[in-house]
Amino acid sequence: MDCLEKICSLLPNMTFWILALMGIVCAVLAVTVRNLVHAVLFLAGFLMSVAGLFITLEAEFLALVQVLIFVGAIVVLFMFLIMLTHQITDLSVPQGNQLKGVAVIVATVLFGLIFYLLKAMKWQEVVLPVKGDIANIGRLLLSPYVLAFELVSVALLVALIGAIVIARKKE
Amino acid sequence: MGLTNYLILGAVFFCIGIYGVLVRRNAVMILISIELMLNAANLNFVAFTKYVDPVKLTGHIFTIFVITIEAAEVVVGLAIILAGYRCLKSIKVEDINLMKW
Amino acid sequence: MQFLYDTQLLVNNIHSFLFGMCSLYGLPVVLVTIVAMVITVALVGGFISVNVMLLVLAERKIAGHIQDRLGPMRVGPHGILQTVADAIKLLLKESIRPKIADKWAYFFAPVIVMAPAIMTYLIIPWSPGLIIRDLNLGLLYLLAVSSLGVIGIILAGWSSGNKYSLLGGLRSGAQIVSYEVAMSLSVIGVIMLCGSLKISEIVEAQQYCWYVVKQPLAFFLFIIAATAECNRAPFDLPEAESELVAGFHTEYGGIKFAMFFLAEYANMFVASAMGATLFLGGWQGLPILGLALPPLVWFLLKTYLIVFVFIWFRWTYPRIRVDQLMSFGWKVLLPLAFLNIGITGLVMVLG
Repeated sequence: MDCLEKICSLLPNMTFWILALMGIVCAVLAVTVRNLVHAVLFLAGFLMSVAGLFITLEAEFLALVQVLIFVGAIVVLFMFLIMLTHQITDLSVPQGNQLKGVAVIVATVLFGLIFYLLKAMKWQEVVLPVKGDIANIGRLLLSPYVLAFELVSVALLVALIGAIVIARKKE
Repeated sequence: MGLTNYLILGAVFFCIGIYGVLVRRNAVMILISIELMLNAANLNFVAFTKYVDPVKLTGHIFTIFVITIEAAEVVVGLAIILAGYRCLKSIKVEDINLMKW
Repeated sequence: MQFLYDTQLLVNNIHSFLFGMCSLYGLPVVLVTIVAMVITVALVGGFISVNVMLLVLAERKIAGHIQDRLGPMRVGPHGILQTVADAIKLLLKESIRPKIADKWAYFFAPVIVMAPAIMTYLIIPWSPGLIIRDLNLGLLYLLAVSSLGVIGIILAGWSSGNKYSLLGGLRSGAQIVSYEVAMSLSVIGVIMLCGSLKISEIVEAQQYCWYVVKQPLAFFLFIIAATAECNRAPFDLPEAESELVAGFHTEYGGIKFAMFFLAEYANMFVASAMGATLFLGGWQGLPILGLALPPLVWFLLKTYLIVFVFIWFRWTYPRIRVDQLMSFGWKVLLPLAFLNIGITGLVMVLG
């Protein structure tokens, strides 16, 4: 039973690594597969693993909002568009263009840079409980950040109306 | 898990997203890669809130705004792609070249 | 039967018993959690199966009686074992896959539809202590998880490789997403009144007055939106037998179809359970009647009442056309939901 105890004490770390691995695998597959619908499904998997990471970061409200909005609405929107544009049958066309080598180099160099910067910084880590419950967030949205909140609402409205106008069938 | 772990993970997701944006020819795939990048940024924000500033929850609020604006951007992007598809019958970004000289 | 009346005590006793066993044998405490999880999953799985059997039989019998006939009468006394026969037939069927169907998407679509339907059982309040997990954000969890099923339906429609399935899947997806907005907004009135997303607190707050009295419009909207969410008539165009063959599950047979079926009835039960919890007082009993029924029985009574209303709708109303459906959802339900929120806010502010 001692090994069981050891395994259980490692669980929080293991959750992070499992979710991270799942996220990386889903992300890599999402950008490399040929079939668009599969790519969107891998995106949904990636978004769920990010939601899981939010839960490990004690941001439960954000995790649920992420699932509700992203996986519940935006992925559905992607799937609608893919099915309305009938490109899925054209699998013989290679999906990557000639910039593959350059892109790999750019991505690796950028990652190396960020990695070096992160290793060089020393943040003061604070160990306090995150009071990310919905009452706190609501209070913050309505007192200090109310202007941003209202502007974002207007931006959403503009995007909604704009999308309807652009995608309308011209009669 | 330490803050650096989450930030490095965010960097990995971001770089995968950049690879996707540069490589894919399909407009919908480029939008998917942009989603990857924005979610990496969200992960960064939330990690910072937990480890650096748990009281003021600035990162959480900003993440909410990022999610909202991201939703708006995806909606408009997909509407444009749909309109483009109706005219050009193709969703490859190379085929949107009517205004090139 | 006395233990049914005080389930909080029962749950505490089971927990302390398990902890005692663990400390007696020197096992780690987390084993209790694992054992509790296994027991809960088994119970939920068993309940869903039994519930689906009951509901399918109830639907066919009620359909029969509404249509002035008797319903299934052959299998078992008065046709009670009909669902068992149906289940055996479905499980023994050969699994055929169309050649142009996308192999992995075709395989995973029923899973993606079934998993959220089961996940929503996490927050159903059966009795005072008997919620599997009383999450602080319980209601938001419900809304988030129930919006995951749409992906499965659209995927099922697309992966069948069939134009009619694709159309059915897309129509169903559009319908579910539209009515999900109306459902979420109708629930906000309840959240405003209670001040919390925690399900047990919402039920406790209805001790003196059920929310159906304070928010009748929200209850009405919730019932209509829930019928549309579960793809049930009069909103069942996506799986209509006379319109699109069978909609998104045309090409599915055997176990995969059984999973879609199971998911639909599981969803229906959860939607009714939520309607009973949020508006009809959950496990609170009516003291007027003088019957001292255990809270679990009250909860099941209310839930099955709403399930009966859903079944009644199906066999009474004609099917709505898809454009009428969409315009009803966006042009009628959504403004009414906003009106409800506005009125609730006004009344709360003015006293």
